[in-house]
Amino acid sequence: MELNFGTNVFGFPILSLVTYLPLAGAIFILFVNKEKVKFIKYFAFAVALVDFFISIALWLGFDRSTWHFQFVERCSWIKALGVEYYFGVDGISLLLVLLTTFLTAISVLSSFNYIKERDKEYYIAMLVLETGMLGVFVALDMFLFYVFWEVMLVPMYFLIGVWGGPRKLYAAIKFFLYTLFGSLFMLIAIISMYFLYHHITGVWSFNFVKWTYNMHIPAGFQFWLFLAFFLGFAIKVPLFPFHTWLPDAHVEAPTAGSVILAGVLLKMGTYGFIRFSLPLFPEASKYFIPFVAILSIIAIIYGALCALAQEDMKKLVAYSSVSHMGLVMLAMFALNPMGLEGSLLQMINHGVSTGALFLIVGIVYERAHTRLIKDFGGISKVVPAFAAFFMITMLSSIGLPGLNGFIGEFTCLAGVFKHNWVYAAFAVTGVILGAGYMLWLYQRTMFGRITHEKNLKLTDMNLREWIYMTPLVITFIWIGIYPKPFFNIMKVSVDHLVERVNPGYFKQKAQHEAKLKEALLKLSHGEKAQALD
Amino acid sequence: MNVSVPVPNLSLIGPEILMLVLSCGLLMVDLFIPKDRKRIVGVLALLGVVIIGLVTATYWVGLSKPVTTFSGTFVMDRFALMFKEVFLFCTAITILLSLKYLEMEGVSLGEYYALMLFCTLGMMIMVSGADLIVIYLGIETMALSVYVLAGFMRFNQKCNEAALKYFLLGVFISGILLYGIALTYAATGSTQLAQVASVVKAKGLGSNPLLVVAMFLLAAGFGLEIAMAPFHFWAPDVYEGAPTPITAFISVAPKAAAFAALIRVFFYGIQLLMPHWQVLLWIICAVTMTLGNVTALLQENMKRMLAYSSIAHAGYILLGVLAANQMGVQGVTFYFFAYAFMNMGAFGLVIYLKRGNIVGDRVDDFTGLAQTHPLAAVIMVIFLLSLAGIPPTAGFVGKFLLFAAAIKAGFYWLVVIAALNSVIALFYYFRVAKVMYMKNPEPLPQPVPGKGLVLALALVSVFTLVFGIFPQPLMALAKNTAHTFFMFMS
Repeated sequence: MELNFGTNVFGFPILSLVTYLPLAGAIFILFVNKEKVKFIKYFAFAVALVDFFISIALWLGFDRSTWHFQFVERCSWIKALGVEYYFGVDGISLLLVLLTTFLTAISVLSSFNYIKERDKEYYIAMLVLETGMLGVFVALDMFLFYVFWEVMLVPMYFLIGVWGGPRKLYAAIKFFLYTLFGSLFMLIAIISMYFLYHHITGVWSFNFVKWTYNMHIPAGFQFWLFLAFFLGFAIKVPLFPFHTWLPDAHVEAPTAGSVILAGVLLKMGTYGFIRFSLPLFPEASKYFIPFVAILSIIAIIYGALCALAQEDMKKLVAYSSVSHMGLVMLAMFALNPMGLEGSLLQMINHGVSTGALFLIVGIVYERAHTRLIKDFGGISKVVPAFAAFFMITMLSSIGLPGLNGFIGEFTCLAGVFKHNWVYAAFAVTGVILGAGYMLWLYQRTMFGRITHEKNLKLTDMNLREWIYMTPLVITFIWIGIYPKPFFNIMKVSVDHLVERVNPGYFKQKAQHEAKLKEALLKLSHGEKAQALD
Repeated sequence: MNVSVPVPNLSLIGPEILMLVLSCGLLMVDLFIPKDRKRIVGVLALLGVVIIGLVTATYWVGLSKPVTTFSGTFVMDRFALMFKEVFLFCTAITILLSLKYLEMEGVSLGEYYALMLFCTLGMMIMVSGADLIVIYLGIETMALSVYVLAGFMRFNQKCNEAALKYFLLGVFISGILLYGIALTYAATGSTQLAQVASVVKAKGLGSNPLLVVAMFLLAAGFGLEIAMAPFHFWAPDVYEGAPTPITAFISVAPKAAAFAALIRVFFYGIQLLMPHWQVLLWIICAVTMTLGNVTALLQENMKRMLAYSSIAHAGYILLGVLAANQMGVQGVTFYFFAYAFMNMGAFGLVIYLKRGNIVGDRVDDFTGLAQTHPLAAVIMVIFLLSLAGIPPTAGFVGKFLLFAAAIKAGFYWLVVIAALNSVIALFYYFRVAKVMYMKNPEPLPQPVPGKGLVLALALVSVFTLVFGIFPQPLMALAKNTAHTFFMFMS
């Protein structure tokens, strides 16, 4: 079969530009005097913002009618191994690229006051991190992908470890070790597939497109490879029981670190499943559905119950992530178009909603220097604007109709329901519990009498905070009211993926629908006939 | 009886001859240089090494297949050439590291550089030896010089201890190596690797007990310099006691030489015993890396930690050896370059931190380095990443090749063990990053690094990064090396 490696409508390496611009910015900051804090802050923000605007060009130039990769750059990188420098996006990765540039710009802006020491290093780490994350989403050569996957850990390690909370040292190394543990198994699987591909075709290559369409991996082998990849990705998601690094990392990380961690890093795990595990190991993926589904359901319920029990707001949001990501995983492994689309959209939703929640917690923490729920109460009277933003964000997170969470959760649940209604029934409990812990959190902190005198002195949101919260809220409402542009981007790619994992899915579906129609027709004819009689 | 003495092709040992001339010449020049300016000897040695390195590189073109001389006892091929370049590189960097260090320790003597060159000469002979006796000669030339170098700060008790320990163990193991050679001779009637191989093949000695015992003894003989379990006990003490530049040198060059000799002997000589030595190396490999890494976790002294880490690295490199395929040889070759960059760099930083009475070799001496010396801290992070095998560094590419070689040969479980070890390793490497970045500095005298040290650090850090991001040139050389290496047997 002639392989289509994709095209590039722009004719110049726009993905490389988007990916390396932050790195270039970071290198520039390296040479700026560290006393010029103000310049460094604004410069870093400018770089992140420009990067976001460039990435919008991807959205505009994206051809929604093909599942082939777009904006492709492809050349040889390490010839002796057959490694290529291969960048490209499709309907699955485009939105995640946009999410990354969007959230990075916001989190850089949100750090202006929060970070009070070693600013220069901080903004360098943020920008390097952005490059690493973008690389993960656009790399289509498995070697290159792995490189970015690991590179990204380093700045995150420093972000948590240097600017984090009291237990930052423990949290930072735990995060690093956990992820490395999983990814090394993925590396072993990648190397094995590299040799398998050579064995089958006689060509040395790490090219993802070649691997997917030129090689059928024997089912028995798929089994092992899937498990190795699973370890790498599931730790990142994080799926129960691999989630224990997450609360630690989240609680200790600085606000922006948490935003990036929840907003983008966790998506790398789910992205890895969609991008690599499903198309490369279709049989194993189907075989492991119950296994993944049960772990996901445990994550949904367990995460939500843990969230209910938390006293620290940040930890509560962290556990809510475990729960939400469980739903993303469950919907993905429904392996039907609706489930996959819901799963992808929910990744975006979770990115913006949970990111916003961490920002909210950060805003209040900057003022009160505490995150414990019991230290607040009734503050909605003191900080009304803040309360409003908190309210919208919380409602978005619990899936109120009209906001983004509803669309995502609904599509996810519908997809799961189509696959297996029992799973869906369990998953719904997560949504209910989600409403529980979030509303309860809001009630305890915002409503009622003001319980602490010193909270009377809290100041409301300042202009900078308005500036970075508003785009998020606009996104909630946009996706909530008019999600079509988002679905349009992913549709063709998702359908193709479903056909890849479930060959004949659409044919069966069409046959099924035709039969249904026929039956209906018959029924109505019968009624007519009866009526005539 | 008419005995014809074949005329050896002297051009093939050109680099060795040059090295000999250089080292003897330096000893003489040293006589005329006043005591307080011995640095000149170092600079001359450095120049000489660079020139020899360039001369050696010119041999590459003519070596599309291995060439032997001295009646087949000395082989020059790309494999030997690449390793010679590793040694010369290490020597050059070590000289750069030593220039100021020796003055600070008050042992700036000309012999130091001459000894180092003798040692390099020994290693160069070692990797070209196609005869067990030649290899033995090389190993002894190297070892005797290293013993002296390890104890070079003769007023320092720890240094003396290190040298003595190294010497005693070295001599003991050298006896074992000789015994292995003798047994090989007894079983096959030859010490020449090619003849050993053909006799083993002709007589079907693949499981000959005598030869199997010889295999064990040979492995032990090389195992000392490799610092593989159970012959690693000397390493931490010697690394800690020896002058730091020499520690850096010992941790890379002799290890590389011993590995090259091991590969040469096992692949060329007793290749048919592969089922046996693969089992042996499998066990040694697993034990070595696990032991090295786990013990490194407990170290508070940087030099000791790096000693254990170098033991662990020997374990990783063994993956490439026991895979016994082209990719393995390619991986080992590449890895030694990467290893030379990163390990010499890490020790270079230890030297960098030497100030006043502070040796700079405790992990705590790195505390807050990111705030006092940001650039030094960044460079250290690069070395740490590379040592831990995290991209985009040369160490990652090297480790990737070694893992790939072992997977290709089907050693999945061993690779899994290696992967788990990498996770452990990350923990202790990043303990250094942690104290550098996440702890606040104590007021201490500022280190004043020498120019040579700065140059060396700049070189190795740039190489570590560049060959991590653009490994193709070095990888192509390594691939070609592995390809020609296997031509010898056909």
